[in-house]
Formats: sequence, structure tokens, C-alpha cells
Amino acid sequence: MRLQYPPSLRIIEVPCSGKVDIVHLLLAFEQGADGVMVVGCLEGDCHYQAGNLYAKKRVGRVKEILEKVGLGGERIGMFNLSSGMGGKFAEYVREMTGKVLELGPSPIRTAKATAAGPGAVEVAPS
Amino acid sequence: MIKAIGKPLEEIIGNVQDAGKVLVAGCDGCVTVCEAGGLKEAKVLASALRLYYTQAGKPAQVDEVSLTRQCDKEYLAQLSDRIDDYDAVISLACGAGCQFLTEMYNHKVVFPGVDTCFIGVNEERGYFTERCQACGRCILAETGGICPIARCSKRMLNGPCGGSDKGKCEVNPDIPCGWELIYERLKTLGQLDRFENPVAPKDWTSSRDGGPRKIVREDLRI
Repeated sequence: MRLQYPPSLRIIEVPCSGKVDIVHLLLAFEQGADGVMVVGCLEGDCHYQAGNLYAKKRVGRVKEILEKVGLGGERIGMFNLSSGMGGKFAEYVREMTGKVLELGPSPIRTAKATAAGPGAVEVAPS
Repeated sequence: MIKAIGKPLEEIIGNVQDAGKVLVAGCDGCVTVCEAGGLKEAKVLASALRLYYTQAGKPAQVDEVSLTRQCDKEYLAQLSDRIDDYDAVISLACGAGCQFLTEMYNHKVVFPGVDTCFIGVNEERGYFTERCQACGRCILAETGGICPIARCSKRMLNGPCGGSDKGKCEVNPDIPCGWELIYERLKTLGQLDRFENPVAPKDWTSSRDGGPRKIVREDLRI
């Protein structure tokens, strides 16, 4: 299909979105991620019955936490796709990248770069 | 087991916002089972606090640990060599564990990270209900194994009251009437004649009416 989507994305594969824990998601933000997408199977199609539903709830919890710590809950999103929906995946990545660019760099990344000294700020790929 | 629920993050942040070094201390006992204060919850809270401090531009160190139990000195002692490295400790144990930690390290500022709720059971994951109020004198033998102190909103010893409606309590239709449950249970057991002998007035001195309680077991003490 040779679909194009922004190269700013780092994909971490897991056996099921149900494996993704709140701790993992928060760690991504601690390490400076500007945004996180959790992409699970379509609801009702989980091979492990409810992994994607657990993931959805965890994403919801992380959204609340991000709001309360001042990062904003919009930086994380849950998406549901089947393996045959490459076009939609690319669309979601473009959508999320656009949203994150609008929000600007994560304050965590900015704070870390400031602490690291001048010239250390990474520029988010556009 | 004791059931608790995590305190709102904003309340915890409000308590420790000016502390430079914070230790989040989980407990591997009851609060781990109800997923309010075990190692995982300690990790989540510590991570959230690190995010808060970093985005707020406040240099801080937040670490997490989880002790086997915070209601035993032996396990609390595991903090003795590191607790002075921190300005504040957030205890995710129940009220008992949190207080015991405070007693053991009384020079240290300790904040509770959970609201301790009741002694209850896990009906399902994430669904906990009360079963015992630790009144100190169990009457389950007389009430078909269902406690009117914990299950009846009025703690009536002889019920049901007029507020029982189709098996539900007038306080909230989600609450089953404790005395209806007792009636059904005694009916199943063929012991409805128990209702002919009212439960005697209860001695509440073994409950909170007698002040803070203690158990002294000379056979166990060294």
C-alpha cells in the first residue's frame, strides 16, 4: 500500500493492547513523549477477549492523571483498528500528530532539555 | 480485608507540592488486593508526581517502595536507612499502617495517599462491599451468618425496620436490606424460629463506645 504517515512515530509492539499498563504509559511521558497512541484491535474483536477494553480504561485513567499534573489529557488517545486497516492507521497517526503539534512539545521534554543546557532542545519533526 | 481507595491526585499534590524529595510507600497487604496502595499504585503515583514536578519546573526526587506490611515494625524497619533521605513520605497503606509508619518515624512528615473505607470483600475486580464493622463481639451465629451491624443501615439488632421495601433499604435502593437477607438465609436454613427470640441488647463497649481498643494476648507475648 506504501501509505505515508509522519515519521515522528515510534512503534512499540505488544502482544495485545491489554498488556499496556498505566505505568508504561506514564513512563513514556516521563521520558519526554509529546503524545502517545494506544492502538488496539476493534472492540469486540480482541483475541484475548477484553484486552483492548482494559487498554481503553487505562488510557482513560492516564488522561485524568495527565490533566491533574498539568500536561493535558489530549496527549494520549486510544484507537481501535484491525490488521487490515492500514489506511485508517495512517489517518489516525496523521490526526494524532497534528493534534500534538498543535499542543506543542511536552513540557516534560522542554523542562528536561532546559535542564540539560542550551542547544539540547529537540525539534519535533513536522 | 481492609478496603481503601486512592486519594484524589490533586489532594496529594497539594500536600507535597513544596517537598523536594518524596518517598511513596506502598503496602503489599490489604491495599494491594483492592488495588489502592500496592507497588503498582505506588509506581503510578510516583510517576504522576514526577510529571507534576517536572512540568511545574520544580526540581524534585520521587521514589517508590512497597513494604510487605506497614502494620508491622519489622517491615517498617526496612525504611530506617533511607527515610531520612526524603522530606516527606506518602503512605499508601490503610490508616493503621500510615499511623504506624508515623509512630516509628515521628520526625518525618507522613501523608496518607489513600482513604481507608471499610472491612469488606471483593465481589468482583474493582467492586468491593462492606461486610464487617469490627464491633468486637460477633453475633453472626445468631443472625444466620449475615451481620446486621454491617449490612443494616441502622445497625438494628432486631429487624427489619419499616424502611425495608421489596428487599431494599430506604437509605438507597442499591443497598439490600440486611434483615431481609437474614430472613431469607434463616428460611433457607429452616431456622425462622430464631425470630421468636429477639437478639439481646448489644454491649457496645467492645466497639468504639469503649474508646480505642486493644487486644493483649499474654499467650503470644514474649
